[in-house]
Amino acid sequence: MSELSASKIQSNPKYHQLIKGRDSLAWTLTVLVLIIYFGFILLVAFAPGFITQPISSTSVIPVGLIMGVGVIVASIVLTGIYVQRANNVYDPLIQEIIQEASK
Amino acid sequence: MRTAIAALSALAASAAALAAGLAFAADVPAPAEVPVNWHAVIMFIIFVAITLGITYWAAKRTKTATDFYAAGRGITGFQNGMAIAGDYMSAASFLGIAALVYFNGFYGLIFSVGWLVGWPVILFLIAERLRNLGKFTYADVASFRLQQGPVRTMAAIGSLIVVIWYLIGQAVGAGQLLHTLVPQISYRVSIVIIGALIIIYVTFGGMKATTWVQIIKAGLLLGGATLMALGVMAHEGWSFNNLFSHAVELHPKHLEIMQSVVPIGAKANPIESISLGLTLMFGTAGLPHILMRFFTVGDAKAARKSVLYGTCFIGYFYILTFIIGFGAIVLVANNPEYVVDVTKNVLNLKGGSSMPAVYLSHAIGGDFFLGFIAAVAFATILAVVSGLTLAGASALSHDIYANVIMKGKSTEAQEVWVSKLCVIGLGILAVILGIAFEKQNVAYIVALTFSIAACANFPILVLAVFWRGLTTRGAVLGGYTGIFGSIVLLIIGPTVWTKVLEMGPPIFPYDFPTFVVLPAVLIVAWIASVTDRSASADKERGAFAAQEVRSETGLGAEVATAH
Repeated sequence: MSELSASKIQSNPKYHQLIKGRDSLAWTLTVLVLIIYFGFILLVAFAPGFITQPISSTSVIPVGLIMGVGVIVASIVLTGIYVQRANNVYDPLIQEIIQEASK
Repeated sequence: MRTAIAALSALAASAAALAAGLAFAADVPAPAEVPVNWHAVIMFIIFVAITLGITYWAAKRTKTATDFYAAGRGITGFQNGMAIAGDYMSAASFLGIAALVYFNGFYGLIFSVGWLVGWPVILFLIAERLRNLGKFTYADVASFRLQQGPVRTMAAIGSLIVVIWYLIGQAVGAGQLLHTLVPQISYRVSIVIIGALIIIYVTFGGMKATTWVQIIKAGLLLGGATLMALGVMAHEGWSFNNLFSHAVELHPKHLEIMQSVVPIGAKANPIESISLGLTLMFGTAGLPHILMRFFTVGDAKAARKSVLYGTCFIGYFYILTFIIGFGAIVLVANNPEYVVDVTKNVLNLKGGSSMPAVYLSHAIGGDFFLGFIAAVAFATILAVVSGLTLAGASALSHDIYANVIMKGKSTEAQEVWVSKLCVIGLGILAVILGIAFEKQNVAYIVALTFSIAACANFPILVLAVFWRGLTTRGAVLGGYTGIFGSIVLLIIGPTVWTKVLEMGPPIFPYDFPTFVVLPAVLIVAWIASVTDRSASADKERGAFAAQEVRSETGLGAEVATAH
């Protein structure tokens, strides 16, 4: 990478748009995963009575089981959201930035 | 008895073992005398033959350092997703979590969740930037704009401690597993066979062979676990309600298996739960053999896709292990064919406490399916150990030899040659340590490896990539705080201080020190960086902008070699 194209990129407003947009997406999703997972862990740690109550009077399945599977599914869904956004929004933006820098 | 405890703890080579070992280590019987399981042996041999064929194929295509360390960067996103899953789903996850569920019920799920949630974090913060900035090891990224010598040395030490301890856990587990399944092969011979196979795969076939061993193994493991879960569900009339009700009926603790949020019999400890959560989440994101996988793909986009595929496979797999564990309560417990003495304890299995999944395969599909699952478990260990050995060898050859000792002046051929020697050395070391630790209590291994990964590798990597202000001084002091802080607190903690060293009550009362060490690392790295007024620190801060351009856009990133 030449110094020239690096500094050209840094002065391109689209580059700042990319960093701002993608970093805030990445950190927002990270915080979301932390909230979901540690929400679950904190319930396990401090409200075990809530976690272990059955989902219905005829079932032995505890609420926490559904929540645990929910955390797994949520992890996969958030991962999918990021990949989808990155593919459709940020990859084309990166392409533009690199093309404009190599002009 | 002590052997059995070591076997359990190591086989599980996971915090599963740590908890499970404490919960049910009592009265584990010695392996029973059984005839040779020819189904298993023949399937081991078929697997070994296929993987050696792949190694031969890969060896002919491994010419450059990029081929050797990173499979020529020609692995696709889907293939890497499979290989990531193959690298991460150890025999521990499969046998250990199924066993944890078998003994403790619902609690096993709380554990599995922790093993998965690191993956989204890897995707959001690490995967693409790692691919854009690095060449072969995560130290490439940590030291990108910092001083090569001190930062790489710190990162390599962190990597090597994680790799070597992880290797010990896997080697002990592998030796025990092979010996249990085929008792005619002794523990030592088992470990030597595994060590020899690993050395062949990795020295000749490098990352290409390692990746394909992992892909095949992931396919076998996901396929085998799916069949087992289907078998369980078919038996229960495709109803989860039936499955869980039957399990509650048949398990000696009955409804407690649905209501205990700690291992059955253990005391709840909120701080420990939170620290464990931090350790699992960020430890996953700091494992050197996992991080290395992102250098094998063509670009950041493929790195990103591979995490999505990997997360799907791993999440699916953990749901399967949960079904398998409950299936084992229904089909394996109480069955005199598998239980040592049903009149005494209906859970206690012949061959030790890691056997529920193995016996479940027998209950579902007879000797043939048991042979298949046993071969899959063996393949799993080979794949994980191959990945670890290659990661350890790269830290030694690429970081220490090529960049610290030779200061980047060695040729690629020399570097690969050193790397192959390191593979042989690490393979032999794994065999020796595997034998030395046979009868040791190795229950602290998971806590050790994941704590160092979570407290040293992960935070320094994230700071180096995202924080302009990080300087060499901050990275090195922060990294060593993570490494030594974790080690010291583990030594004076309950597992090592009290149980292994028998020194009395622990000085530090928690098994997982991450909740103390991780904040300490961030504070040390921050203070050491902002107070660094040297000219070189200014230069490092100044170099951040150019690093960021490469990290965010991939401009100037290592490209795939054409083959």
